[in-house]
Amino acid sequence: MNTTDWLEIGRLDDIPKRGARVVKTARGDIAIFRTMDDQVFALDDKCPHKGGPLSQGIVQGESVTCPLHNWVISLKTGEAQGADQGCTRTIAVRLQDGRIQLSWPAVPAVKAA
Amino acid sequence: MAERLLIVGNGMAPGRMLEHLLEKAPGRYDITIFNAEPRVNYDRIMLSPVLSGEKNYEQIVIHGDGWYIKNGITLHKGTKVVGIDRAAKTISTDNGLVESYDKLVIATGSVPFIIPVPGHNLPGVLSYRDLDDVDAMILASKARGNAVVIGGGLLGLEAAAGLAEQGMDVTVVHLMPTLMERQLDANAGYLLKKEIESRGIKVITGANTKAILGSNRVEGVQLEDGTVIPAALVVMAVGIRPNGWLGKEAGLTVNRGIVVDDQMRTSDPDIFSLGECVEHRGATYGLVAPLYEMAGVLAKTLIDEPAAYNGSVTATKLKVTGISLFSAGDFAEAKDREEIVLRDAARGVYKRLVLQDGKIIGTVLYGDVEDGAWFFQLLREGADITEMRQTLIYGQGYAGGAKLDPMAAIAALPDDAEICGCNGVCKGKITGAITANGLTNLEEVRAVTKASASCGSCTGLVEKLIGLTLGDSYAPKTSKAACGCTDLGHDDIRRLIVAKELKSIPAVMQELEWKTSCGCSKCRPALNYYLLATWPGDYVDDNQSRYINERAHANIQKDGTYSVIPRMWGGMTSAAELRAIADVADKFNIPSVKVTGGQRIDLLGVKKEDLPGVWADLNAAGMVSGHAYAKGLRTVKTCVGSEWCRFGTQDSTGLGIKLEKFTWGSWTPHKVKLAVSGCPRNCAEATVKDIGIVCIDSGYEFHIGGAAGMEVKATVLLCRLETEEEVLEYTGALMQLYREQAHYLDRIHKWLHRVGLDTVKKQIVEDHERRRALFARFVHAQKFAQIDPWAERVNGAFGHEFKPLADLRLASAAE
Ligand code: SRM
Ligand SMILES: Cc1cc2nc3c(=O)[nH]c(=O)nc-3n(C[C@H](O)[C@H](O)[C@H](O)COP(=O)(O)OP(=O)(O)OC[C@H]3O[C@@H](n4cnc5c(N)ncnc54)[C@H](O)[C@@H]3O)c2cc1C
Ligand code: SF4
Ligand code: FES
Repeated sequence: MNTTDWLEIGRLDDIPKRGARVVKTARGDIAIFRTMDDQVFALDDKCPHKGGPLSQGIVQGESVTCPLHNWVISLKTGEAQGADQGCTRTIAVRLQDGRIQLSWPAVPAVKAA
Repeated sequence: MAERLLIVGNGMAPGRMLEHLLEKAPGRYDITIFNAEPRVNYDRIMLSPVLSGEKNYEQIVIHGDGWYIKNGITLHKGTKVVGIDRAAKTISTDNGLVESYDKLVIATGSVPFIIPVPGHNLPGVLSYRDLDDVDAMILASKARGNAVVIGGGLLGLEAAAGLAEQGMDVTVVHLMPTLMERQLDANAGYLLKKEIESRGIKVITGANTKAILGSNRVEGVQLEDGTVIPAALVVMAVGIRPNGWLGKEAGLTVNRGIVVDDQMRTSDPDIFSLGECVEHRGATYGLVAPLYEMAGVLAKTLIDEPAAYNGSVTATKLKVTGISLFSAGDFAEAKDREEIVLRDAARGVYKRLVLQDGKIIGTVLYGDVEDGAWFFQLLREGADITEMRQTLIYGQGYAGGAKLDPMAAIAALPDDAEICGCNGVCKGKITGAITANGLTNLEEVRAVTKASASCGSCTGLVEKLIGLTLGDSYAPKTSKAACGCTDLGHDDIRRLIVAKELKSIPAVMQELEWKTSCGCSKCRPALNYYLLATWPGDYVDDNQSRYINERAHANIQKDGTYSVIPRMWGGMTSAAELRAIADVADKFNIPSVKVTGGQRIDLLGVKKEDLPGVWADLNAAGMVSGHAYAKGLRTVKTCVGSEWCRFGTQDSTGLGIKLEKFTWGSWTPHKVKLAVSGCPRNCAEATVKDIGIVCIDSGYEFHIGGAAGMEVKATVLLCRLETEEEVLEYTGALMQLYREQAHYLDRIHKWLHRVGLDTVKKQIVEDHERRRALFARFVHAQKFAQIDPWAERVNGAFGHEFKPLADLRLASAAE
């Protein structure tokens, strides 16, 4: 069994509103998004379409538009919106007093791999 | 004997609690109150009217001395409780009293947050919390002089308005881009700023305070950017913190505030807490409405009646006479939410409702807040509003009232507002001519006034003016709307930005009555460009309204890496530049180096974090951004020309370099490409460029409107010129005309097709004065545009864009 730890990765103010920043991990980048109303979400930085870096897209409401071919991905579920089909993995994040904490290890099954 | 109830703090929350308690069970407790402030319970929220002089202290007292006597309550004024002994069930005070309790209530409110900048404890630096602060402010204002209020939230603005009322010269310094950003969206924030400024109060947003200056007492405030504002008084109103230290020292559970359960009980069953000092279900509050709800619950708990506090949704108003604003709930945008927006530019009204699943979840009202209470009630009840959705925004009293006038924005223009830029015709001249000469249609107005007779981009406005002057008898043609957020077309928007002097996106959206709160991905980039082109040096670019390539100043590639293309002026390079490019490619392991179709070199596959490093090295070798990503000047292609070629008639390479040095950096409606060929063999493909120069024996052919992308368009010849100076002047003038008249995302050939070659010829070739004026405007705009975006970022601007938030690669390796 793997218990979840919360790892502090930065402050809310480090990410612009309607923006995103990247967290590097050994298993690929994770995109951390901040919405207009200061909600924070974390997704693999990989579009389900052709792997576009979602962190570089435009954040609108609770979704992000992929910078490569404009698929719209829900920040909450990682699900592609509209007619497009596909899903990106979401990772648990939380805000504590303006600090962003990522659930860690972000990929629980490291050893099984 | 009655149980002893001890209360620490005599603010608004315990005051209200006592009223409930005395009404329900008058004799139940023997009550003693300790208050650090040397006075009775007064209405703290009315301090602003006291500051502005509309009220005095006596008028805001809630419970006078007589009330305590009548109810047998002992009040220790000016006595601070400094400790709680929970084992002995006693408290101790700063003047040595020790008193025992059966039940204790902590209601210590909150403390103003002071930013610890240098100089923050100089005399003359005040917070805004109690009557002593107000007295000190009124005293300071007697000397008139300058005051600076740090913080553009509710308290800061009330303080600013009060001080201005007292005759001070007030400046508000606010960290965020819009005022009261917690309670208002950017649109209402824009209206509020306009109103505050109209009262002579200066507002500086997006400003960080660096230091408070002064030797013996405060003399000024220094901002991060170096600005110094002189001040005899500084009020810090940047926020509050729950005042929970007393509870913390006594070992109660305290997070941000003293933690209480739904019965207002702390972690000690005999100690209760309420007001701004508490934290309930993770939330703290800074307004009285929730505290009053807590007061009702605590009164019941104290007499063992069942009651529970479930948290509150709060609403905000600003108590500055003449300003009406209201906000409540959650008004952020999201995919599953809809909004209803109503704007009335003439009356300065903005109303917005945010809906989710048929319910109101948030509202922002400015200028007309009559329905605030009703919307708030619907919000709290979670009422289903599907049935009334159509008319909801008009309010409770709506009875099929008049629809908004779509022509209000034009009606409100002053008579001297310029409508036709080409011929310099103002509104008054047009409406005057219509009435005086009995004109009835566009052709007649054109003939008499010349308005809309040239490029035609003001046609929509002129038609609306005819409609406005003639009334219902005239049906103006409506231009195609720019997007779903507005009824106006691109031309009308551009003309109104100039005529009404609109200088920000929220200003455009409010004054032109946008139907959405924040626009969409179609109108935002367009507005950002129009404002940038109209107000060079004045308008602050909105990064959020730009696509990633223009935000990162590099082109994104299919694998998420970027490409970097430095300028190679006129296609010329040197051994030193090539060496620097080779070094950069090695140093940063750049996988591909390619010669582009635009006569320069592309470094492909650069990692985003490496961009600033790559740019720094290229900058050091004298190279700047090639703007290969921009709606702006791209390349100027040249051929070898008279320098080497046996057919060359002029120095095409040299002229290309001059043209590129002159035009680089400019933002344009779409990309702009130039080329200069040394003779009509045209090796630089000048006749498929936006502007193409073909050198001939007698001088230069000036071609415009070519493209070779999705559509292949050959250029048309605009004129023949004799000198290089003329070519530069005509190029600047043409670029400027295009910048001023084209719709966003139209290349030169599309704009030309719309306005016609003749009108462009008239303005650039025939009207010498006009050409020179256009040229001068282009030169002016270039002063602000020719800043290398790479160098800016190498020097640290927008650092967050290029650095990962965190690097956990080692953390995971250690797993
Ligand atoms: C790199 C380059 C291809 C090359 O390897 O040679 C290129 C690459 C791209 N072109 Fe191009 N174009 C390049 C020369 C051209 C040319 C040739 C020229 O300029 O002489 C043309 C035809 C001439 C013209 O513009 O009329 C050209 C017509 C286009 C078009 C169609 C424009 C149109 O109005 O129809 C697009 C799409 C657009 O801009 O909307 C486009 C868009 C693109 C984009 C930006 C596509 C995209 O959105 O990612 C490509 C960016 C790749 C990158 O990251 O660098 N590219 N593109 C050339 C860069 C030139 C430079 O040094 O800046
Ligand atoms: C200028 C101003 C304008 C405002 N306008 C509005 C408004 O328009 N609408 C709105 O809803 N709210 C407004 N508020 C907020 C509102 O006034 C507060 O929410 C409310 O007064 C909080 O009540 P309270 O009883 O929790 O604390 P307070 O009213 O702050 O009372 C706490 C009291 O406890 C005393 N105290 C602290 N520590 C001790 C101690 N150790 N021993 C003894 N005594 C102690 C303090 O001296 C103070 O008198 C405004 C506030 C200010 C300052
Ligand atoms: S033609 Fe231009 S846009 Fe198309 S693949 Fe080549 S570089 Fe990309
Ligand atoms: S990779 Fe994201 S839309 Fe194509």
